[in-house]
Amino acid sequence: MSPAKYRTYGLELVMTAVAVAFLFPVYALIALALKDPRQIAESPLAPPLPPTLANFGNAWSAASLGPALVSSTVITAAGLLLLIVLGSTGAYYLARRARGLGYGLYVLFLLGIVLPFQLGMIPLYKLIDGLGWLGTYHGMVLFYTGIQLPFTVFLYTGFIRALPADYAQAALIDGCDHRQAFTRIVFPLLRPITGTVVILNAVFIWNDFFTPLLYLGGSGKETVPVGVFSFVGQYVSDYGLVFAGLVLAALPVLLVFLLLQRYVIKGFAGGLKG
Amino acid sequence: MNSLPRSITSDDTAPAPAEAGARPRTRGGRGRDLTLPPWTFVVPALLVYAVVVLYPSLAGVGYAFTDWSGIGGSSFTGLDNFRTLLHDDRARESVGNTLLLTLAVVVVQNGVGLLLALGVNANIRSRSLLRVIFFAPAVVSPVMVAFLWKYLYNPDTGAGLNGILGALGLGGLRQDWLGDPSLALWSVAAMVVWQYAGYSMVIFLAGLQGVPAELHEAARIDGAGSWQRFRYVTWPLLAPALTVNLMLSTIGGLKLFDQVYAATNGGPGTASETLSTVLYKEAFVYGKFGYSTAVALVLALFVAAVSLVQLRYLRAREVTA
Repeated sequence: MSPAKYRTYGLELVMTAVAVAFLFPVYALIALALKDPRQIAESPLAPPLPPTLANFGNAWSAASLGPALVSSTVITAAGLLLLIVLGSTGAYYLARRARGLGYGLYVLFLLGIVLPFQLGMIPLYKLIDGLGWLGTYHGMVLFYTGIQLPFTVFLYTGFIRALPADYAQAALIDGCDHRQAFTRIVFPLLRPITGTVVILNAVFIWNDFFTPLLYLGGSGKETVPVGVFSFVGQYVSDYGLVFAGLVLAALPVLLVFLLLQRYVIKGFAGGLKG
Repeated sequence: MNSLPRSITSDDTAPAPAEAGARPRTRGGRGRDLTLPPWTFVVPALLVYAVVVLYPSLAGVGYAFTDWSGIGGSSFTGLDNFRTLLHDDRARESVGNTLLLTLAVVVVQNGVGLLLALGVNANIRSRSLLRVIFFAPAVVSPVMVAFLWKYLYNPDTGAGLNGILGALGLGGLRQDWLGDPSLALWSVAAMVVWQYAGYSMVIFLAGLQGVPAELHEAARIDGAGSWQRFRYVTWPLLAPALTVNLMLSTIGGLKLFDQVYAATNGGPGTASETLSTVLYKEAFVYGKFGYSTAVALVLALFVAAVSLVQLRYLRAREVTA
């Protein structure tokens, strides 16, 4: 074997070892979720043999994960829809009119990426309360749309700038109005970046903890992270049960990631080359 | 993530493709391009953005100069809140903690991320699987990651870090990871690095894949060793990825809330208190809304200042292949 090949095998070995160390927390999480309290007390680090699934059933009902999953899904889906529509149309204008007013507005949107949301946290809470939107889905959807728009507009604007304007121009010459040119020609061309927008915003909205705690607390519409937070507080010493809850709560987002991971990594790569 | 690097890192924000080319730009005769979308396209986005971000932030700046308690009226108190902040030990300590935590996360997360990226960019068989494994924690809720690590850090459970150290014969290194005031902040940092090193990795990986193979080949023929090829070919070309990574991890580090709140709630004592946890407590535990927004304003100024400085320095050293 050539030295280069030896070196590749060596690297493979090192990286595998790193991955094993890296995965230890995940092993602990799954192993404990599969053990009963006696097994945990005797040998917490040992493999879960024989495994028990009882924790999962108990955690599902104790953390009321069913309703929490519904809330999280409704809020995430509605937020994504609005972000895609408002983000892509807004960015279309900002990307095509890159001077004067367009540039000023673009910088204004970028400001939103840097501003910590905590600065406006209390006035916004007052506003949502004033509208009577505390404890409602639309209050949450409005919040996520606004808070994630800067980043979304940012992603779309860069992508649209790299697209030739000719397609839309041709459609306009053929008699489309601007709205038709956008929905029929431009928007379909944005599919790759829309994919990235969906993944990154979905992860953010799904995982956010603080805002739903503040806006939905006690409404019965709590999202998954809030449900898990109070569940963990209640069963803090029953690690098997708590970890089963964590596994169940993380599963939806992990599954979506595994299905779409190709596009996540492609999205990052495309951006740097652009 | 697509255009983020491009937009943060390139100077050419002005000319859009529509205006750059030699194609006819004017059809109305008065210098207006009728193919540009009308301004109504941006109105809905602007409206929502103004309601959720711009107006509340501006109002927040206003509250920072008052003694508002959340209920009833408030009176203008000038710079009082900021003077209090200077003499408030907890708030002062939180500034130091926030900066230390950010520095630790930025350095270690990006260092580990770069090494991981170099590893999974090489021609090894497991690289696709490894990429997925390293990135996966970044998609899980920070609060849940904090709960998992709280258990791993707990000295009273047989598993976790202390259990591993014991099993490895390194029992002497056992610690009360989150309970020891001199360790708590670093333990939080380690947890954040574990979760987001894969995020940095993916961005570096994207940068590595943009390095032309011919450049490496040419350097190899010229007799450059692997370190030299990294130092003089790969590293300069990674500059855009580095800019993005440093910006994202710095902004993220300065604003860090969920992880600290769930893992230590700022404790023990004030050992891991950050600006975010302090402003949360001032508002929702002590009802000092005016003071809380003053702390938030300080945080905003930190984020803005650091991002601006980073952008200037990092952009200056970017080259193109």
